[in-house]
Amino acid sequence: MRLIQKVGEWFDLRLQLGTSIRETAEHRVPRDTASWFYVFGSAALTCFMLQIVTGILLALIYVPSAGEAWNSLQTLNHGVSLGWFVRALHGWGSNFMVAIVLIHMVQVFLFGAYKFPRELTWIVGVFLLLVTLGMAFTGQVLRFDQDAYWGLGIGASIASRVPVIGPWAVNLMLGGPIIAGATLSRFFALHVFVIPGLLIAFVCLHLLMVLKLGINEWPMPGRIVRRATYMQEYHELTHKEGIPFVPNAVWKDILFSGFILLAIAVCAVHFGPFGPSGQPDPTIIQTAPRPDFFFLWLYALLSFLPPSAETPILLIGPAVGIVVLLALPFVAGEGEKSWKRRPIAVLTILLVAVSLGTLTHLAEHTPWSPVMDASSSDPIPAKYLKGLTALERHGALVFQDKQCHNCHSLDNQGGHRGPALDTVALNLTEDQLIRQVIQGGGNMPAYGKNLSPAETTALVAFLETLHPPNQRPARNASQAMTLGTNEVSPR
Amino acid sequence: MSTENGISRRAALVNLGLFLNGVVAVILAVPIVRYVLSPVVRARKPGYESWLSLGALEQFPPGQTRLATYRNPVANVWDGATDDIACWVRNIDGRSFQVFAVNCAHLGCPVRWFPQSSLFMCPCHGGAYYQDGSRASGPPPRGLFQYHYKIEGGKLLIKAGEMPTPGQPVASKAGGKTTCA
Repeated sequence: MRLIQKVGEWFDLRLQLGTSIRETAEHRVPRDTASWFYVFGSAALTCFMLQIVTGILLALIYVPSAGEAWNSLQTLNHGVSLGWFVRALHGWGSNFMVAIVLIHMVQVFLFGAYKFPRELTWIVGVFLLLVTLGMAFTGQVLRFDQDAYWGLGIGASIASRVPVIGPWAVNLMLGGPIIAGATLSRFFALHVFVIPGLLIAFVCLHLLMVLKLGINEWPMPGRIVRRATYMQEYHELTHKEGIPFVPNAVWKDILFSGFILLAIAVCAVHFGPFGPSGQPDPTIIQTAPRPDFFFLWLYALLSFLPPSAETPILLIGPAVGIVVLLALPFVAGEGEKSWKRRPIAVLTILLVAVSLGTLTHLAEHTPWSPVMDASSSDPIPAKYLKGLTALERHGALVFQDKQCHNCHSLDNQGGHRGPALDTVALNLTEDQLIRQVIQGGGNMPAYGKNLSPAETTALVAFLETLHPPNQRPARNASQAMTLGTNEVSPR
Repeated sequence: MSTENGISRRAALVNLGLFLNGVVAVILAVPIVRYVLSPVVRARKPGYESWLSLGALEQFPPGQTRLATYRNPVANVWDGATDDIACWVRNIDGRSFQVFAVNCAHLGCPVRWFPQSSLFMCPCHGGAYYQDGSRASGPPPRGLFQYHYKIEGGKLLIKAGEMPTPGQPVASKAGGKTTCA
């Protein structure tokens, strides 16, 4: 033991770091901050360190070339012993990191930690969120498969909508006229050099400010932040009744970080690595590209925006969001910190969470997308075919053959792009059905050119049978009068 | 020489040093920026597009829409399969053609052709197009992108080489012709 002490002293005489490390570790923090709510920042840092280690390990095998990347991922998954596990750790580590960064941000927001004097800490935190998402997107590209290829196409399409410089931005993003070798090379440079460099710099700044300004105290309702008095109040809070960070508060951080690492490892073992999906060959068009989990909400949003509003919302929306986040500490730099007295803050978080959750849920089911093979794989339920006339049965064939089933469900089978047609005869009269089929409208293509009059008649005859047995189909009450006949066609 | 003058002389030397570094920074920055912008500058001078063969006309029977592929004119050895690009060729009546990009005009996903319903459908956000490429439904703001084509020596040639995107002037010019056939 004496030897260790002597070696330590030898180094400390030359490094002169011992005192400052001890002072940093034992700096006093407000008593209430030794809490399980204050562990997310350190957990995010732990995830980042795991990502650095596993990322370097992957770089030992991975080939950042459009021609070879996919093969090298296959080698990692199947050819290198435990390569799949390192890939899985990196993939799940990324998911956990994004999730924990978001949770950290919500906690910091609800605890009012962005208020004076920690405005800059919050602003650097916003940049940390952006670079973390940047890592997630560029990482998804490095997994160079079909999803990555078409995901890049989506990115390029969005970039091209920027006024004036759009086409140039696309060439700059892709490194050429199309998605090819140069594209992967530059995303590799971004993911491995540029963004991690920014991330490390921002993390250092962020941590430095947390140490210099002190951790945010537990918000008490009624304890108002004022620029003139806050520093003095915080000083008293830490020095009169504070506790040393090590060991009184740090044990919760260490325990939680360990738990998170364990959770990542368990997910990696149980669920395995992400992909790669099919080869990045653009001539294989039988593919339905989907982004990774954290961009699914955006994927869903893009299918719901009306065409006219899409470009402005796509281009202005993110800018507005970032400006709002950056402006927050300047707009609300003083005042009440406790979430118990900040109902709008709580409602904002709930609104954002519910919106993102709903959009993510929708993106997992993609109801807006036709089920491409419903016409061949989902038969019309037998109960809808019982007792039909020959014409109506022919209509059912037309329904199937012309792929109406891809967008319209019967008995919950088939697509959900358009409305379910189980009771369509109750809502539309015969004339309305004919018009809808021939002219389309309300987001339905017009089939007038694609259906012969006989096919249309048969199809509508079938659709007219789609109503509950005890309810009569819709009919135009004025039709008889208009046509000058006494009878309304019975069906 | 007074001390005061000595200090100001050193300050002047520091300024001179900073100025020299500034000049060198500019001299270095110009070629570096030019290097970074090379994909853009390259596109502006000779252009990325050229006439490419999709194969003999017999591969595209009248009244049908078929998938064709070509190899991108700007290519590197390490591009792998990414240089092979697909497009949809519609032979309208044996003499006139339409050649569509597979990229959906909404966000670039690959559209598929369904001959039964005569529709192109996109798997991403549910965009649909009629057989002539015009928009049928869904989020796309316009019809499918079209390539310029010509027929030479019994072969179908298209002018291609750049991924079509909504903001691209070339694409919107070619696609602007899209009306009902």
